[in-house]
Amino acid sequence: MPAYYLEALTVALGLIILLAEAFVPSKQKSWVGGAGATGLTLILIATFFAYGPDEKPASAWAEWPLWNFYQFDSLARFYKAFALLATILVLLMAIDYRKILSRYTAEPTSENGTGEFYCLPVFACAGMMWMASAKDLAGAFVALELVTITFYILVAYMRRNVGSLEAGAKYLILGALSTGFLVYGIAWVYGSTGTMRLDLLPEKITALKDTVPLLFGIALVLVALGFKVGAFPMQMWIPDVYQGAPTPTTAFLSVGSKAAGFILLIRFLTPFLGENSPVRGQVLTILLILACATLLYGNLAAIPQTNFKRLLAYSSIAHAGFLILTLAAWAPGTDSSVSSVQAISFYLSTYLLMTMGVFFVLAQIRIHRDGDAITDFNGLGKSNPLLALAMTVLLAALAGVPLTAGFIGKFFVFQLAAGAHLWAGLSIAVIAAAAGFYYYFKTIRAIWWIEASDTSAIPLPLISKISIATLTALTLVFGIYPAPILALLK
Amino acid sequence: MLILLVALPILAFLAILLGAPARLMAIAAATLNLVLGLGSVFCWKQEVWNFSLPVLAKPALNLSFGYLDGMSLVMVVLSVIVTLAAVLSGKAPAGREKLYYGSSLLIAAGAIGAFASTDLFFFYAFHEMALIPTFLMIGILGRGDRRGIAWKITIYLGLGSLVLLAGLVWLASLAGTYDMREIKNIAGTIDPAAQKGIAALLIIGFGTLVSLFPLHSWAAPAYASAPAPTAMLHAGVLKKFGLYGLLRVAVPLVPEGLHAWLTPLLVLLLGNILWVGFVTISQKRLDTLLGNSSVMHMGYIFLAITALIAVPENTLALPAAVVLMFAHGVSIALLFGLAERIERSTGSLDLSDMGGLAKSAPALAFLFGIAGMASIGLPGLANFSGEVLVFLSAFENYIPANGLGPVQITCILAIWGVVISAVYMLRAYRSIFHGSTVKSTEKAADLTLTDHIPAVLLIVALLAVGCFPNLLLNLLKP
Repeated sequence: MPAYYLEALTVALGLIILLAEAFVPSKQKSWVGGAGATGLTLILIATFFAYGPDEKPASAWAEWPLWNFYQFDSLARFYKAFALLATILVLLMAIDYRKILSRYTAEPTSENGTGEFYCLPVFACAGMMWMASAKDLAGAFVALELVTITFYILVAYMRRNVGSLEAGAKYLILGALSTGFLVYGIAWVYGSTGTMRLDLLPEKITALKDTVPLLFGIALVLVALGFKVGAFPMQMWIPDVYQGAPTPTTAFLSVGSKAAGFILLIRFLTPFLGENSPVRGQVLTILLILACATLLYGNLAAIPQTNFKRLLAYSSIAHAGFLILTLAAWAPGTDSSVSSVQAISFYLSTYLLMTMGVFFVLAQIRIHRDGDAITDFNGLGKSNPLLALAMTVLLAALAGVPLTAGFIGKFFVFQLAAGAHLWAGLSIAVIAAAAGFYYYFKTIRAIWWIEASDTSAIPLPLISKISIATLTALTLVFGIYPAPILALLK
Repeated sequence: MLILLVALPILAFLAILLGAPARLMAIAAATLNLVLGLGSVFCWKQEVWNFSLPVLAKPALNLSFGYLDGMSLVMVVLSVIVTLAAVLSGKAPAGREKLYYGSSLLIAAGAIGAFASTDLFFFYAFHEMALIPTFLMIGILGRGDRRGIAWKITIYLGLGSLVLLAGLVWLASLAGTYDMREIKNIAGTIDPAAQKGIAALLIIGFGTLVSLFPLHSWAAPAYASAPAPTAMLHAGVLKKFGLYGLLRVAVPLVPEGLHAWLTPLLVLLLGNILWVGFVTISQKRLDTLLGNSSVMHMGYIFLAITALIAVPENTLALPAAVVLMFAHGVSIALLFGLAERIERSTGSLDLSDMGGLAKSAPALAFLFGIAGMASIGLPGLANFSGEVLVFLSAFENYIPANGLGPVQITCILAIWGVVISAVYMLRAYRSIFHGSTVKSTEKAADLTLTDHIPAVLLIVALLAVGCFPNLLLNLLKP
């Protein structure tokens, strides 16, 4: 089917389950999440059979002006699948998290008012999928806003919880600010080049006499996208919002929103990083500075954290730092190394596996121990050894221990940075990875070495059990055999 | 076939996770490994041992195993011998058998994987894999301030590994390949400034893992705290990864870079031998004494490495280092294994609490005596061959007319380490086994028949190499 069906189907699915939730009387609401996840799984399968105008140039739809602001290449396919997979996992997590959700929504005892929590991620997913296909700055902006506005609601969803509300307000204000930067930046880019189409930008900018206005525009857009991916100094919102938001929302922000931000960054920066671009050097310098600052801030500030959810927020900033460093080492693929885009995409997919796994565990800890602190993980090795083993593997992967998927991702980053001779960035990345080793192992220490005050067993619901087991197994498999992911990125 | 040696312990670990009897699985896997490993000595040059699975196309990474030369073979043999001894030694706390034996198997798999890898990437990765169970074992089942100590070793070795990784990636990016067979080809083409940088990273990285002075302070407390099998496997086998790496990667590929750091290295290795030697003499407990002695003995192997750096055509230094690595690995494993037995019999390892144990436990006294003598370097035991070769290698190509060079002066100072070893080991032996019995040693149980097996296995290895060093030297001929 033509690729644009995918977004249309996703939006339709969102509308259908939203209406069904409203009109089907039922006390339980988890079926909404189940329906959403099932529908998205079907769309995920369809993604691999979708095609763009290049493959069917004869068909009527291939002539539509739609293709001026929508493209479908292998990268778009990859990130669409990525968004769908992230959303499916978030919905599954939300089903198991409904106990906590209902406590802070309409009435503590009923699930009324939790139904929309399963519908909104589907709309956000449609936005992320569209971002993956961005070809035009105006279209990209609309897609981004669809995601952001959905997140305003998702973050503040637990409306009887002060933390969630505070996070919502913070995200709303800073999100609106970044939207302003984005529009203003797009305006400057348009003003200096005369086009919003990313595919036309390379030839327009080679003829530019004065690049300062363009650079100003690029910088403003980088500020806005830096906000999405959590780059220093636009990371201020991340710890508070991550900590306050419901855990499935945090997972979605951390994985889905970040990946969407990165695909947009890649799409936006590609024209400016071409060989003939007059601003290539400056843009790479800005990226390198951003990367170093983000790496240092994310990793060093994570060290003293005592709340695990907040720790994951800093860890998410830290990973953004590694990813931006890969952008700063912009390189096309060669015989002996992958391209920056492939490295980022690979890193993000391993990040999805590890982070989603960790959030699944965190959601269960929140339910059974009623807290998110690192001390709530104390003695997990005794109360549920298999869960503790999975968590150890996932955290070790986040830290980048070899033979896990996380290491291969970091390995690509280091290799590209070394290839681009970014010695400063490389040494900061080593320091950052060392700090990461410290704070992830701090949680492993709590799990295994420290006795718990509460040694009650932690039974896992079936969905969480299967999800955690699958994600952990995949983290190990891709750590030894990463070829399948890379094959998708050809 | 070599992949079997790595896969067997991992499969046994998985079987244990799924509920198979832990001790039985561990012993079975370790015994099979020993048979396979020793069997490979007779036909190690055959193609059949090689294995390769492409993992990544860009950059080309292969999960590949094979014997690069005799050094890999000796290290693998050391690993399989110590692994079997380790799973046979010690007693798992009730209810923790899975963790206890599972960790030993994973450490063994990681060590064998590292020594047998022919790909730089997996060479590094397998060693890291072995570190995690080590940390967990110390943190969960260690003695004393186990949490603090486990945290310290985690941080030290984690940071050391990262520095090492930076050095290895730098090297591989210059070589354009991770294949250790091909990477040799770039020897001599690396620019001296880059060599110096890579050498510094490799010395710090590998040095931390081998407890090179002054990066050694994690080692003694960690070994003292670790459960016996973990201490045996780490001190005996896994720690040799750093030395193996220096000999395998650093010496052939960045010789000029290492040469630039020769003087600092000589000073540091003297720190290992003399400084840590004196620290060892002052120890009041057997476990910390053994831990420190293990740090101290690393100095001799570094001496052989510096002799090789100073005179690249030195043909004696590499075999000397490898023989001593083997000897030290076996003897320290034996000592840690027997120390655990002493603690189980007497309930203490405090030297001032003990005495006269030889009366109640003569077999233990005899075996520990052999182990102690090996550690001192008594002729007939493997350590003697190793140490003598090391001292001789320092004087290889020595021209008396030119006077003593830095390596020779270091060697002369280092020989005093033998005296230091004798002082602390004999004093420890006297205060534990001789003199009048005290309450704790009066009714101490002697070794049972099953306790003999691991000790005898290790002693046979020590005697064999001690009396016939050619067993190893023939394998190490170029």
